[in-house]
Amino acid sequence: MMKSLILLIAAAGALAAQNVENGKKLFAKLGCYECHGYLGQGGGAGAKLAPGTPSATALIAYVRHPAGTMPPYTSKVVSDAELTDIRAYLASVPAPPPLKNIPLLNQ
Amino acid sequence: MARPKKVSQARRGFLKTAAGATALVAAAPVARAQEAAGRAGTAPPSAAQRAAENATPSLAELQIVEKPGSDFMVDVIKSLGVEYIFANPGSSFRGIHESVINYGGNSAPEFITCMHEDSSVAMANGYAKIEGKPVVVCAHGTVGIQHAAMSIYNAYCDQAPVIILAGSISDAAERRGRIEWLHSAQDVAAMVRDFTKWDDNPQSLQHFAESFVRGYQLAMTPPMMPVLLTADGVLQENPIEDAASLRIPKLGKLNPPAGDINAVSDLAKMLVAAENPLIVTSRSARTPEGLRLLVELAELLQCGVVDQQRRMNFPSRHPLSQTLRARGAVLDADFILGLETYDFYGVVHTLGGQVKVVPRSILKPGVKLASISSSDLFYKSNYQNFQRYQEVDFSIAADAEATLPGLIDAVKKLVTSDKKSAWQARGAKLRELSGKALETTRTDASAAWDASPISTARMSAELWNAVKGEDWSFVSDPFWVSNWPLKLWDFTKHYQYIGGAGGEGVGYLAPATVGAAIANKKHGRLSVSIQSDGDLMYANGVLWTAAHHRVPLLMLMHNNRAYHQEIMQLQKMANQHNRGVERCGIGTTITDPNIDYAKLAQSMGVRAEGPIANPGDLGAAIRRGIDVVKRGDPYLIDVVTQPR
Repeated sequence: MMKSLILLIAAAGALAAQNVENGKKLFAKLGCYECHGYLGQGGGAGAKLAPGTPSATALIAYVRHPAGTMPPYTSKVVSDAELTDIRAYLASVPAPPPLKNIPLLNQ
Repeated sequence: MARPKKVSQARRGFLKTAAGATALVAAAPVARAQEAAGRAGTAPPSAAQRAAENATPSLAELQIVEKPGSDFMVDVIKSLGVEYIFANPGSSFRGIHESVINYGGNSAPEFITCMHEDSSVAMANGYAKIEGKPVVVCAHGTVGIQHAAMSIYNAYCDQAPVIILAGSISDAAERRGRIEWLHSAQDVAAMVRDFTKWDDNPQSLQHFAESFVRGYQLAMTPPMMPVLLTADGVLQENPIEDAASLRIPKLGKLNPPAGDINAVSDLAKMLVAAENPLIVTSRSARTPEGLRLLVELAELLQCGVVDQQRRMNFPSRHPLSQTLRARGAVLDADFILGLETYDFYGVVHTLGGQVKVVPRSILKPGVKLASISSSDLFYKSNYQNFQRYQEVDFSIAADAEATLPGLIDAVKKLVTSDKKSAWQARGAKLRELSGKALETTRTDASAAWDASPISTARMSAELWNAVKGEDWSFVSDPFWVSNWPLKLWDFTKHYQYIGGAGGEGVGYLAPATVGAAIANKKHGRLSVSIQSDGDLMYANGVLWTAAHHRVPLLMLMHNNRAYHQEIMQLQKMANQHNRGVERCGIGTTITDPNIDYAKLAQSMGVRAEGPIANPGDLGAAIRRGIDVVKRGDPYLIDVVTQPR
């Protein structure tokens, strides 16, 4: 029973890692990084997506019907499953150091 | 050996002599020599014809013009304290060129060798925004002005004074050979008349003197803009015939147009009556005094200021600065005063809609708008740089900086103790909001802090860390790096920022930074820039200019290896057409091969290093660069960056 559980967790972990890797590839391939940065950090052209990644449901809903200048991505261009992978990638981006630990941003 | 004959003779006489010598060299019939001298045919020039055009007349035939008209032209230029001539050399203004370097001693003005006329004008644009006055740009009247046109448009939109001298030969009989025909035009200024403030085609030296001084005055009167004068080749090269009759007009003190005193008084009443007044400025600080005055007005009213930063109008970290929360400040306001606001409509609207533009006002009901703008005094029709019309409740057509003293006095007269107390509370709230906005901005900047390629926020913070203890001047446009320097740095002085390209014409940035750095040089300031890769490739000859003239400038490449703005535009189209975005790199990326900007700079004599993609390596590189720049030379660091 324990062995099965461990195997299940390991399999789930591998799947999650695969999703993250696929999401990272899609984030680049679909040009998301162009406005949001390679790590989803955002900037003058696009919103910050990491840290603070929205849920998959919220992300999918926004991508289909964005506000502002972001163009809509239909399911023909990117599927819900692919967006879920992208979301997994963004959620996996390590958090930056705390602001108080970055002297360059405190001057 | 016959001595050269010293005479006060016309250019025509010299040309005749040259044509005669040409005929001897070519050993050709007179008719053929005439054709070589004044080519009328359309066939390509033969070797003999080319030799004839470049032939040197014998010494015996030489005639000397000891006091050419171009000497007087240089006297005129000197009379106005013009420091530099920015130019790529050209035969149509060779007389002026020679007079500048010999008669004028190549000092005030000094000839700065540019590698493209577009760069000459963009350099002049950058210089003018630091120094507050124009340089002279010389260019061929046809091909040179054609090259320069985009930068002239940028300077026109940017309200920057530039004086352009366009070489040409009006009298067809005076033109030597095909090239002088190719480089002459009936109306040299026609091509750029839509985006210059004024032009003239002087027909005598006295005419030149008066038009140059008039042009200088017009260029320097708000709204400041480029002007163009034709510099006729005959006037340049013929002798001055009656020097005693020539006079250079005096340029008196220029007083920019201030707003009508009654209108200013009414405006003061509106400002004082408002609960949440907001000032929005784009280019109100023409000079350091404009910055000081805006601080005084804002502190007097304890009102917020949103700086659209087309100039350094207001200190970036002033507690009343609401620039980091501009939209929130507009939403909160019940009265908005625009000072030289170049797109007031854009300030108070969003332009929604995915395909069709759907503008929507973001103002609260009942908000009043007022404007002080010198742009209302001067518009031209064709080019649409004036932006969408925004109705306002109260408009003063005048220079904002010149109007501010009167407005401040009028507000002071209306201050009561009750008002003062309420305003202090208003100011305290604004200070709290601006403090929170800075904290949020810094948190945003920390995202992707250790990323490679290097985040634009990290690059900006590393540069700030290195320059903050120096007397620095940021001479580039940070729009391409998400405006991080404007958000993170403490801008307090007028010369610390100059805004970007007025007409958003690419190819402005690199030369404008070099021009601004030339202006900063004599003040001992450390000029620094963040240079977009695509922009540098329009005009990388300025690297040589910077090395040759020892221009102290630290350039950090924002090397995102793309025309990034255009990738985003193309993605928008691809999505709009529902065709996927995977091919949007075609025609928009600058890869395969990647450009080695350090080698490019080194090839032109600029010390350089990179590419640097590890953020941990950047700080030390910047310090190395500053060491070189402090010794008086340019330095380039190629930084591989995130897109924005």
